[in-house]
Amino acid sequence: MIELYESQRAMRNMRKAAMQRGVVAVLDVGTSKIACLVLRFDGVDPAGADVGSMAGQAGFRVIGAATTRSRGVRFGEIEAMAETERAIRTAVQAAQKMAGIRVDHVIACFSGAGPRSYGLAGEVDLDGTVVTEQDVSRVLSACDVPDYGPGREVLHAQPVNFALDHRSGLSDPRGQMGTRLATDMHMVTVEAAAVQNLAHAVRRCDLELAGVASSAYVSGVSALVEDEQELGAACVDMGGGTTGISIFMKKHMIYADAVAMGGDHVTSDISLGLQVPVATAERLKTFLGGVVATGMDDREMIDLEGETGDWEHDRRQVSRAELIGIMRPRVEEILEEVRVRLDAAGFEHLPSQQIVLTGGGSQIPGLDGLASKILGQQVRLGRPMRVHGLPQAATGPGFASAVGMCLFAAHPQDEWWDFELPVEKYPARSLRRAVKWFKDNW
Amino acid sequence: MQPMSGDKRSSRPDPAPSRWSYRFQRLMLTPVFRNLLRLGVPFGLCLAAGLFYLSDDTRRDAIRLAITDLRTEIYSRPEFTVRLMAIDGASDKVSDDIREIVPYDFPVSSFDLDLEAIRQDVAGLSGVKTASVRIRDGGVLQVDVVERQPVALWRNAEGLYRVDIEGVVLDEVAHRGAHPELPVLAGTGADLHLQEAMDIYAASGPLTPRLRGLVRVGERRWDVVLDRGQRILLPEYAPVQALERVIALSDAQDMLARDLVAVDMRLAERPTLRMSGDAVENWWTIRNISVENDGS
Repeated sequence: MIELYESQRAMRNMRKAAMQRGVVAVLDVGTSKIACLVLRFDGVDPAGADVGSMAGQAGFRVIGAATTRSRGVRFGEIEAMAETERAIRTAVQAAQKMAGIRVDHVIACFSGAGPRSYGLAGEVDLDGTVVTEQDVSRVLSACDVPDYGPGREVLHAQPVNFALDHRSGLSDPRGQMGTRLATDMHMVTVEAAAVQNLAHAVRRCDLELAGVASSAYVSGVSALVEDEQELGAACVDMGGGTTGISIFMKKHMIYADAVAMGGDHVTSDISLGLQVPVATAERLKTFLGGVVATGMDDREMIDLEGETGDWEHDRRQVSRAELIGIMRPRVEEILEEVRVRLDAAGFEHLPSQQIVLTGGGSQIPGLDGLASKILGQQVRLGRPMRVHGLPQAATGPGFASAVGMCLFAAHPQDEWWDFELPVEKYPARSLRRAVKWFKDNW
Repeated sequence: MQPMSGDKRSSRPDPAPSRWSYRFQRLMLTPVFRNLLRLGVPFGLCLAAGLFYLSDDTRRDAIRLAITDLRTEIYSRPEFTVRLMAIDGASDKVSDDIREIVPYDFPVSSFDLDLEAIRQDVAGLSGVKTASVRIRDGGVLQVDVVERQPVALWRNAEGLYRVDIEGVVLDEVAHRGAHPELPVLAGTGADLHLQEAMDIYAASGPLTPRLRGLVRVGERRWDVVLDRGQRILLPEYAPVQALERVIALSDAQDMLARDLVAVDMRLAERPTLRMSGDAVENWWTIRNISVENDGS
């Protein structure tokens, strides 16, 4: 755990340094597109930045934005390193060019790598009568970490609740009186190889990775409004290769998961079913796709153009109802899978069961109607909140995680490694190293 | 293994920049590097060109020669020539002295004149109080002089001198009668307190025809010497007022016309008169006569 602690702290320090320099890039490595936004931090939040429509996002400004078609990424994980590196380079270069300044630090998010969510609980007796920083650290390290398996790594570990004696629901117990402090922590683990691949790809672009986030989490940050985050809501980020699910409660993420199906599967279904190239299938899906067929759609014929030279093959026509008939089962399957994951997470026990669909896949016409049949009545389509300087082209639901990364960069949630290590866990090695350094240098 | 260069079936070319063009663009977006390019490179080029040009000895000499020529040409223009010197405010003797000490042969270029040195030389002459030197239109070196004005004669062991108000000796005087309008001062330290002496002299009023001079006594106070050997001993402080008292007494009772030797005003609350010996004897005689008359 110490290694994780140190690497995450190193990233956090790097992010702080980047924000002090004022420029940091966020990179959303998705299956269908790679988006890069360059943020400039002005240092101080203007007065009244904590309330109102600009709450929590007034301190920075997007000065560069670029998107590129993603290559070499499957299911939200890097599959071909060189291809992905070139795609990242394209996006970063274009964003840098728009910003007119060079960026060195990147905060990245990805949707794949099989996120798993754990709830941890810890409890300690206080040393004194007042809760100190050390007590918080102790209770956090007292959480019994489950065996999440080899080759996995902790991506987020956020204390979501503190309880002091019989009082629960504290967000900050420091300075309060009590005898026994308990905490609930939410931990997300992902496959370590995916994170390492991402870090490697970013490093190959001469950039420093200053933070990693789960795409499900950050799109929840940007797509859910404040009361939804407070009362309980799920954000379903329908991406290209994966569909991320995050459940928020009391402004904390309490569950994250991902379904390894997304818009690309719909496209490949169309490609298979209509015998057309993937590019044509993608175009058909985005321009003419839908999930609810009407009588009108039976009469609307679509020309399937081909270049095979076979006249019969190149002059086929399908009705739009047929296209919808191909798309709908797959979308239903994705939503069913989401339903299963939400049920497994105990979503029905939350006081409010708002579900917000976002991500590029949520733009299918009629999706909200279909989703409300499968997921429940409280479904809405979500778009990311507006931030300063974001170009119009980057305000669609497909940029929910990119915008969420901006908010995440500006106002990161307290994670476990943001607190000091408890004194007894502090490695004796570092003291020895300090002594050795003195001996070597003096 | 598949070639890594991308999907050949897609018609669009790969938009990704090459690694080197990516690095180059990042370099060009670095602020320090941009400033270096914008300012440093032109500066360096200009510096290098200049240094290369000047590295040759003959070129340097040519430049130096050209500058010298240009300078000489400008110096010798008629606009900058000074042909004569005009002296205002000085007597003939002083102006002769000035002409003697100004070390230039006219005509001369105005660039070669060191006006401040001339001014200091002129101001250093004993008869000159202040001097200003400038070059006037038409090539005239104008020297304006304020001469020292003699206010008194100062007699000391070496002789009789004219001094101005600051006590600066102007010249020696052969005898006192050459300057009857000036008062005579004597005594050690008299030249250091001329202002006071002049105040006393100005206050002497009706005594002026009888005044012979002022004597500094003990480097501290003044005596007023009148004819018939009379003296007025003034105090150290407020001597003018004391003298005015004496003049007032003299006006009222005709005091100084009588046979006095000295009026001692050193103690203001007790003015003292010293009579001459004859007067004292006369006074005794007269008193005895009157006593006898009273007694008879």
